[in-house]
Amino acid sequence: MLASSAPTDTRPGARTRPRAGVGADAARPDGVPKVRGEFGFSSDLWMDRMLWGKTLRSPHVSARIVAVDPSPALAIPGVRAVVTAADVPGRPTYGLEVPDQPVFASDVVRYHGEPVAAVAADHPETARAAARAIEVVYEPVEPVVDAERALDAPPLHPDGNLFRHLVIRHGDLDATGEVVVEGAYEVGMQDQAFMGPESGLAVPSEDGGIDLYVATQWLHVDRDQIAASLGMPAERVRLHLAGVGGAFGGREDVSLQIHLCLLALGTGRPVKMVYSRDESFFGHVHRHPAKMWFRHHATRDGDLVKVEARIVLDGGAYLSSSNAVLSNAACFAPGPYRVPNALIDAYAVRTNNPPCGAMRGFGAVQVCYGHEAQMDKLAAALGMDPVELRLHNALERFDRLVTGQVLTGAVPVRECIRAAVAHPLPPAPTPLDPPMARPGGAGLTADHADVRRGVGVAVSVKNVAYSEGFDDYATARVRLEAGVGGEPVATVVAATAEVGQGFVTVAQQIVREELGVVDVLLAPAGTNDIGSAGSSSASRQTWMSGGAIQLACAAIRRQLIARAAASWGCREDSVEWGAGEVVHEGTGERLGLAALLADGAVEAEHEHHHRPTVPLDADGQGDAHLSVMVAAHRAVVDVDPGLGLVKVVQVTTGQDVGRALNPTQVTGQIEGGIAQGIGLAVMEEIVLDEGRVKNPSFTDYLVPTTLDMPAVAATLVEEPEPDAPYGAKGVGEPPAISSGPAVLAAIRDATGLALSRAPVRPEDIALAGHQA
Amino acid sequence: MGEVERGADVRVALPTTVDEAVDAMATTPEAQYLAGGTDFCVEVSFGLRRPPAVVCLRRVAELRRAEVTPTEVVIGAGTTYADMGTGALADALPALAAAARTVGSPQIRNAGTIGGNVATASPAGDTLPLLRALDARVKVRGPGTEREMGIDELVTGVKRTALEPQELVVNVRVPRLDGPQQFLKVGTRNAMVIAIASAAVVLDLEARRVRAAFGSVGPVPIRPLEAEDELSDAIDWGRLSASEAAVSRFGELAARACSPITDHRSTAAYRRRAVEVIAARGLRRCLRDVA
Repeated sequence: MLASSAPTDTRPGARTRPRAGVGADAARPDGVPKVRGEFGFSSDLWMDRMLWGKTLRSPHVSARIVAVDPSPALAIPGVRAVVTAADVPGRPTYGLEVPDQPVFASDVVRYHGEPVAAVAADHPETARAAARAIEVVYEPVEPVVDAERALDAPPLHPDGNLFRHLVIRHGDLDATGEVVVEGAYEVGMQDQAFMGPESGLAVPSEDGGIDLYVATQWLHVDRDQIAASLGMPAERVRLHLAGVGGAFGGREDVSLQIHLCLLALGTGRPVKMVYSRDESFFGHVHRHPAKMWFRHHATRDGDLVKVEARIVLDGGAYLSSSNAVLSNAACFAPGPYRVPNALIDAYAVRTNNPPCGAMRGFGAVQVCYGHEAQMDKLAAALGMDPVELRLHNALERFDRLVTGQVLTGAVPVRECIRAAVAHPLPPAPTPLDPPMARPGGAGLTADHADVRRGVGVAVSVKNVAYSEGFDDYATARVRLEAGVGGEPVATVVAATAEVGQGFVTVAQQIVREELGVVDVLLAPAGTNDIGSAGSSSASRQTWMSGGAIQLACAAIRRQLIARAAASWGCREDSVEWGAGEVVHEGTGERLGLAALLADGAVEAEHEHHHRPTVPLDADGQGDAHLSVMVAAHRAVVDVDPGLGLVKVVQVTTGQDVGRALNPTQVTGQIEGGIAQGIGLAVMEEIVLDEGRVKNPSFTDYLVPTTLDMPAVAATLVEEPEPDAPYGAKGVGEPPAISSGPAVLAAIRDATGLALSRAPVRPEDIALAGHQA
Repeated sequence: MGEVERGADVRVALPTTVDEAVDAMATTPEAQYLAGGTDFCVEVSFGLRRPPAVVCLRRVAELRRAEVTPTEVVIGAGTTYADMGTGALADALPALAAAARTVGSPQIRNAGTIGGNVATASPAGDTLPLLRALDARVKVRGPGTEREMGIDELVTGVKRTALEPQELVVNVRVPRLDGPQQFLKVGTRNAMVIAIASAAVVLDLEARRVRAAFGSVGPVPIRPLEAEDELSDAIDWGRLSASEAAVSRFGELAARACSPITDHRSTAAYRRRAVEVIAARGLRRCLRDVA
């Protein structure tokens, strides 16, 4: 079915490959059901006798909890259970790096929307009413909402207010340049804004355990955190991946998982929970807001001499993955440039703002706004073309990061920049353009004479996979057997979370490539009978789970070769693997898969660990990263300076992909990532007022519409990565990193304004130079 | 009289005439009218509204009727934004059509109605500036009552109206003037956005008068009478032109007439500035259109 719709590779010299193998634009197995609205998302889960769960959240940013009385809720007919902190039998807290976040707040609440209790009832309306009926007596406490002030404030949590302080000292710290530019930059709090709200269904099992069907990014790490809080052995907690409606980092942390399991175990009934859109904004972590200062030193010729930076990330009330985000922000603060000397002083801080954690780009996004604005400032100070300055300082293979790590993989920075700027520019705006195509769009606010065009370029670098000594691995099992009619069928078992990125397609392509089969089935992802796949994060699954599948397939090939050797009575090394068959090198005899499988199925499992990394030392030095991904973006914008409104006209990109295993899916990642990057540049921000979330809705948390999305032209820069399966790097994050900074640079170009904050708000442009 | 159904715990009346609708409300005083639901249902979702009964207006054909006469346009309260955005209504009231086309997404525009926009009386209601600029009048029915009032009398504050709890907006009557009209709306996104500021600007060539009103910059649509007076005098009505200074002055006076606030969507200073800009641009376009 898939093979028939996928094109055959007809490039001259291309070797014969199974259709829809690696490198082909194979169709997604879940594509048609998703487009037709037939795909089952986690919010569609249903079971007879199920109850509905609802969370009660703190209306306060910071408060002491004096009393919690669930009895008014329990008195409502149809209410089956109320659970609070007192009902958590195991560890009262959870967390990705350190369990510092309460399952339910017990003595204090530390952010607006923190869970205090959960209820289960016969009907969602009843559950909602019951949650409201729980009586909680709060004693509000003055919140600490400024990250700089939090460093000196009394501790908001027993673990203190400083999550991590990381200093990178590299080279000669006294080095100075003849030309010095300096700037302060700020990035607001972005939300992942995935379409499918948090949802799941917990089902108590006969062995006293629990089955949880849930949309998540990493089944096994959820399971371990749930089991700890339930005080239950991990094997009694069985997670099953339900249809995921987007993630972008926002499903790495536990949200409703433990609450659901407590309610199901407490009632002995299946319990379903679906967050409303507004609750979703309170239910997951956000991108860290950042305040940054940079000073760049260069020679008159434009050689970077030193980068100094101070970075403060507001981690919000709980740790989540702040420590790892901070590491990225510090390591990649200089951008993809050769920097011999650097002093980076980076802090991740606890405040009473909403918790922040993983989001696409993970720390590299915030600093990219800083380093790229600095490169433009430096180019201006040097009288140099900004693209030329970047090409001049671009990292290459065997250069060092400021962590001292030598980059041994592909680092095609120059190729990406050249590819991004090689695309033709769009036509200049004219009086005949459709008025809706101008800044202001459907509001028809701009005439031709009101529009200024600008062009900007930005480049980024980020690590792929987990870093700093984390034992990052993925497990996969492949089974090959004769199906109905004797045709070989492969089945892949992996706990890899398909969150929309297209791993399911790539998994099929890899098996087709390796085993020469057409039919590849994907078993449902779960924790029951396979080890961890790691997280669908950090652009890592093609490399990690893809690698595990590739290596499992290689083991299957060895088993089949052994079978053939036994049947031919020859040595295994005289049997060669062809596409879907084995060949006797001596006699030229061949055996197809069907014949080889007549003796029964073959199966192999592989746990794929990537090359070890090490933690950064006291000077922020060390081989902390597996590899890096590079992208360059050029943005063309039209700006209406009078109103401060922006229309992004075009974004072109060159992206370092290693090798595109599915060019259509890579392009999809690029277009989606650019949409998210543009969003942060010009509109996406969680607005806080003293820690209180002011816009938890898609009415007021604005994400780009089709009218905001520009034309995209992408060049996939294919320089194979030595360590990676097929040479393929991750591709998910880079499009979301430098696309926004390129847009900001283009707005600066159009307006002549400094604009040091993302997102740019209309007033930042229209009132610049006026009394605000 | 339409049947009354019993849902989970909400009683639903489905009248097919205005009389039936008004009767249903009279017999079920705790009910609320439901038209497109684009404000109503959001409030239900947020737990801000939970009526025990609703009177649904979608099946009331006469509420969806619109009529264009030589002197006025009578728009049934059930007329949707999609209806206003095209056809004879759009030809007669191009600025209302432009406003309607800025509302939400196509799905929202297929559901939301002018009656709902008026009765909700949000400061950001997109049809309100033009209705205010043209002194539209609103016909209202209650149990045994019928009255008509100006839009300025009806909209009394932020989401506050002079409507009695059981009154139903039946139609909106908008005068037809000879002259161009413009609508401009400022939002942070290029589509599907709540107005940060909006402007309707109209030239009445016969009366030689400029009319304007602004949305999202005060509790109710703001009519800048001083700016209108000054500019009406400054326009050379024979040549249909005004000096650039006069146009700028119009923007300044318009901005001065507003009383914007700072909230999570924008700042008071920006809103004032935006009004200054879009008032002048709207006026320039009107003059260009007739020149």
